[in-house]
Amino acid sequence: MDKIVSYRHKSISPIIICLHYSGSLNRIKPWFLRGCLLKLLPFFFLEAFRSHVSYEVKDDVAVIRINNPDSKVNTLSIPMQREMAEVMNEVWANGAVKSVVLISSKPGCFIAGADINMIQACRSAEEVTALSQEGQKMFEKIEKSPIPIVAAINGSCLGGGLEFALACQYRVATKSRKTVLGTPEVMLGLLPGAGGTQRLPKMVGLPSAFDVMLTGRNIRADKAKKMGLVHQLVDPLGPGLKDSDVRTVEYLEEVAVGFAKGIVNKSIPLTKRKGIMQKLQDYAMGIPFVRQQIYKTVTKRVMNQTKGLYPAPLKIIECVKAGLEKGSEAGYLEESQNFGKLAMTPESKALVGLYQGQVACKKNRFGTPEREVKNLAILGAGLMGAGIAQVTVDKGVNVILKDTATEGLSRGQDQVYKGFNAKVKKKSITSFERDTTMSCLTGQLDYSGFERVDMVIEAVFEDLSIKHKVLKEVEAVTPPHCIFATNTSGLPIKDIAAASKRPENVIGMHYFSPVDKMQLLEIITTDKTSKDTTASAVALGLKQGKIIIVVKDGPGFYTTRCLSPMLAELLRLLQEGVEPKKLDLLTTSFGLPVGAVILADEVGIDVAAHVGKTMTKAFGSRLDGGNIEVVTTMVEKGFTGRKAGKGFYIYEKGSKSRNINPAAEEILKKFKLSAPPSVSSDSDVQYRLVSRFVNEALLCLQEGILSNPMEGDIGAVFGLGFPPFLGGPFRFVDAFGADKLVQKMKKYEEVYGNQFTACQLLQDHAKDSSKKFYK
Amino acid sequence: INIVLVEGVRTPFLLSGTIYNDFMAHDLARAALLGLLNKTSLPKDAVDYIVYGTVIQEVKTSNVAREAALGAGISEKIPAHTVTMACISANQAITTAVGLIAAGQCDVVVAGGVETMSDMPIRHSRKMRKTMLTLNKAKTLSQRLTLLSKIRLGYLTPELPALTEFSTNETMGHSADRLTAAFGVSRREQDEFAFRSHSLAKKAQDAGLLSDVLSVNVPGKGIVSKDNGIRPSSMEQLEKLKPVFIKPHGTITPASSSFLTDGASAVLLMSEEKALAMGYKPKAYLRDFVFVSQDPKDQLLLGPSYATPEVLEKSGITLDDIDVFEFHEGQILANLKAMDSDWFAQTCMGRKSKVGVLPIEKLNLWGGSLSLGHPFGATGARLVTAAVNRLKKEGGQYALVAACAAGGQVVFDL
Repeated sequence: MDKIVSYRHKSISPIIICLHYSGSLNRIKPWFLRGCLLKLLPFFFLEAFRSHVSYEVKDDVAVIRINNPDSKVNTLSIPMQREMAEVMNEVWANGAVKSVVLISSKPGCFIAGADINMIQACRSAEEVTALSQEGQKMFEKIEKSPIPIVAAINGSCLGGGLEFALACQYRVATKSRKTVLGTPEVMLGLLPGAGGTQRLPKMVGLPSAFDVMLTGRNIRADKAKKMGLVHQLVDPLGPGLKDSDVRTVEYLEEVAVGFAKGIVNKSIPLTKRKGIMQKLQDYAMGIPFVRQQIYKTVTKRVMNQTKGLYPAPLKIIECVKAGLEKGSEAGYLEESQNFGKLAMTPESKALVGLYQGQVACKKNRFGTPEREVKNLAILGAGLMGAGIAQVTVDKGVNVILKDTATEGLSRGQDQVYKGFNAKVKKKSITSFERDTTMSCLTGQLDYSGFERVDMVIEAVFEDLSIKHKVLKEVEAVTPPHCIFATNTSGLPIKDIAAASKRPENVIGMHYFSPVDKMQLLEIITTDKTSKDTTASAVALGLKQGKIIIVVKDGPGFYTTRCLSPMLAELLRLLQEGVEPKKLDLLTTSFGLPVGAVILADEVGIDVAAHVGKTMTKAFGSRLDGGNIEVVTTMVEKGFTGRKAGKGFYIYEKGSKSRNINPAAEEILKKFKLSAPPSVSSDSDVQYRLVSRFVNEALLCLQEGILSNPMEGDIGAVFGLGFPPFLGGPFRFVDAFGADKLVQKMKKYEEVYGNQFTACQLLQDHAKDSSKKFYK
Repeated sequence: INIVLVEGVRTPFLLSGTIYNDFMAHDLARAALLGLLNKTSLPKDAVDYIVYGTVIQEVKTSNVAREAALGAGISEKIPAHTVTMACISANQAITTAVGLIAAGQCDVVVAGGVETMSDMPIRHSRKMRKTMLTLNKAKTLSQRLTLLSKIRLGYLTPELPALTEFSTNETMGHSADRLTAAFGVSRREQDEFAFRSHSLAKKAQDAGLLSDVLSVNVPGKGIVSKDNGIRPSSMEQLEKLKPVFIKPHGTITPASSSFLTDGASAVLLMSEEKALAMGYKPKAYLRDFVFVSQDPKDQLLLGPSYATPEVLEKSGITLDDIDVFEFHEGQILANLKAMDSDWFAQTCMGRKSKVGVLPIEKLNLWGGSLSLGHPFGATGARLVTAAVNRLKKEGGQYALVAACAAGGQVVFDL
């Protein structure tokens, strides 16, 4: 089943990275205590205790280097901050130093953000506020430095890292693709808590500052220069006398040192001459009325998008407003207090949990596969097949896209081309990169070249006999090691594998549509699937940039299975006469990114009917709810959803407004059921839908389909659009209370029967409130 | 078959927009061709084939070799074609000629190159061109009017021929500046090299060593017989120049990059047998050549580093055997450092050890592209002629010519 869910938090990028920083400190202690001469102690304090920050003086420029030990990235941890403060004090006390360059020794990272463990370790809002104030103070000192400080940025400069850079007097960044600036805190339900909400508006203007902080998006170096976030750009270098990454950082340092000297001798101005547009904008922002209008518009937009379910964006607006309207002291206070408050919200905890889960789901716990997939064949050039081709062919994998008809094939190839061409238009790749990438994609109608293929992903029609047919055809022409992955959304993999000569090579790879946007990949293993096959599928999925959950085989696996009872309930509600528009409103206000009825239309009514039937066969009365005939009648009339232009709604090209499909309404009327008043309030409608989803998710864990709650949460949020601020069904049960949920379900069970029976796992959690999915 | 170079000539290389302002490319090419014929007293009907190299083509004379040949009064029965390979286009013309002679197709071939930056094809924008072409096909007045009404102001923005790599969209100067940084070539080293180039060129010009330069009569402007870009100045003056490509922290200045140049060159190549039969005393044998190519982004101008060891190995001689080096002065310092780096040899070239130190006392002793100028299409033939003339003058045995080109390719003649 293709789920088209646009998920606002699509890209929780690797921002604030969790780090265990304690290791190095502990290691040093016994070593220096072991009989070192006392008078050497100060030396050891200087050298040995500075494991994160070091500096050297070049001419009259102090070059400070940041390098977290034992980690690929730098984070603003407590030891790093302490060492930085020490070093800065030494540098300021040294009269021979006239300027400073701040640079990272890590090739792809300036500072990736604050250490999230540091925030998670706090027990109260006050503690977090104190952390924020520490940061604010440190950066205030940097900002008021008597000598100029040049931040030399290569790689990720995010969150606290950007706030650090913003406090410096001058910023130089490399144009490397790895160089990104941004304040992703909002995606973790937080705000830039070390002066970011105060410095950004002054630096880039109110509208851009809101854009940066409220979206949390990554900004590339050239854009950052245009916005005024950095002063100068440095080109990354190719290989010369040294490795290109190493030499690029050296060069960045040389150039930054040059700028630092230039600032001191006044040949480099600190302020840029403003253009007319800039002056105009500054003038407009000087008018209180204009500012008020901006706050209003931005708040409205935030409320529109978040339905008020996410507190962080609103707090960000408050902080900016406080700083501009009441002065910087009030602004900084507001920032640190709101930062503390936000860190304690369940929303932030849920989002941080998702982030950590996402990091975990980007690792291959099945190890390195014996052989890398270098040649991939995809059967079926439909939306799915072409989408899979698109995310694979630019990762150095040769892709064969096979279809049975020229028209389908050509449409699929066009889809891939359009995908890359859009990147050219956005200038994220060059037209040559597009062309060379496309040259690795072969479109064909036959099985030629399949003797070289390492893996086949089939995305043909969801029909067991067709799947068997292609499986046999494929196995006849592929080498013995070739993996057969099936992109089915509902058919049990073992049924498909039944036709295979090599069932250990058969696996399920369930992608979500549109493949290039949806981050989730659900991998399904049968009892016979070998570990190496799984490792290979996961490795390919990771190459494709996917977040991966690996689940056991069963009807509907995990994602489709959770969705099915909810859709059955949706149908019931429609039959009970709840307006589609009202249902959509109720579901979006609960936090779903797309209304449930629209979702059904997007998925396709025919697909829903097909899956519904299969699932009912497997699960019987637990899928009770609406009458399946409603959807079969709709399919007969051609109302198959968005793709047909008609489903529950009517879709017209070029028009954004959706109108109810009156003919579908007629069908619903024919199957009308009465709504029992005791379970039909707005809130009941929401919980009837959600409880069935959540209960099924827990059942999947209970039955061992899922191997842990975390993957269940990731799958629900990234594949099905479960509200991110709730963190997923498992975290939702923890936060909402299993007992409360069971109570609600009992009430519904009394009216409707056993489709609302809480599963054993949920009941166990309800009985014992100390039982939690997350500690 | 031994292939010999009988003679080489070139028009004076002049700053673009100066005396050759009214010339089209084929005018310059014709001047070089006629000059060569006159200097060698070669009968016009003795030529079997003509090949020219050029980079930015005038669309009216896209086979510039043919237009020049016709204008020079060479029989219309003699075929001519034009090749292009960025800054080594003339090298490509020469090696094409070598190939023709070696294959027994021809005995006498004129190869050369030409470039004018004083006039360049500036086009309408793609959108405007599209509209104009559709307009051609429009039949009725109303169709034409609808088309015309679609023209927007932006359509009128002209399209200049870009000195950028099409594949990477980076200008050559920008790429060169990154390259010097990658090899740690300092501003001072570059200034010193530029100073050396201009000083040596001036010395050679004053001593009359640049015997390949023809006297060309430019209608209405008199006779030119000297390159006009040689400007020996002082290190102090060079230090004052600001970077041109990467501002403000780049290291390449107007002095350490070639100026835009107009000019043409030509060489007369024959089989040894034919040359001797015609009574010529060949100046040199052309022994071997290689073309190499690399990543157009980061290794754009490193061709000489890659090609030097290859052509030496192919010919069975070493760097020490070479008496005369004529290298195109595009990022030559980075190339010298690359050849002297074990890391580069091992990591990028897949060789066991570095190529070696190129003896600078044998390099470009009569000036180079920085001082004499660099008409893209014509430089290759100038390098070969200069190398040959230096061999004669200095009494050496082997000369090595190398140049780097956009697209990351290189040629070597020996």
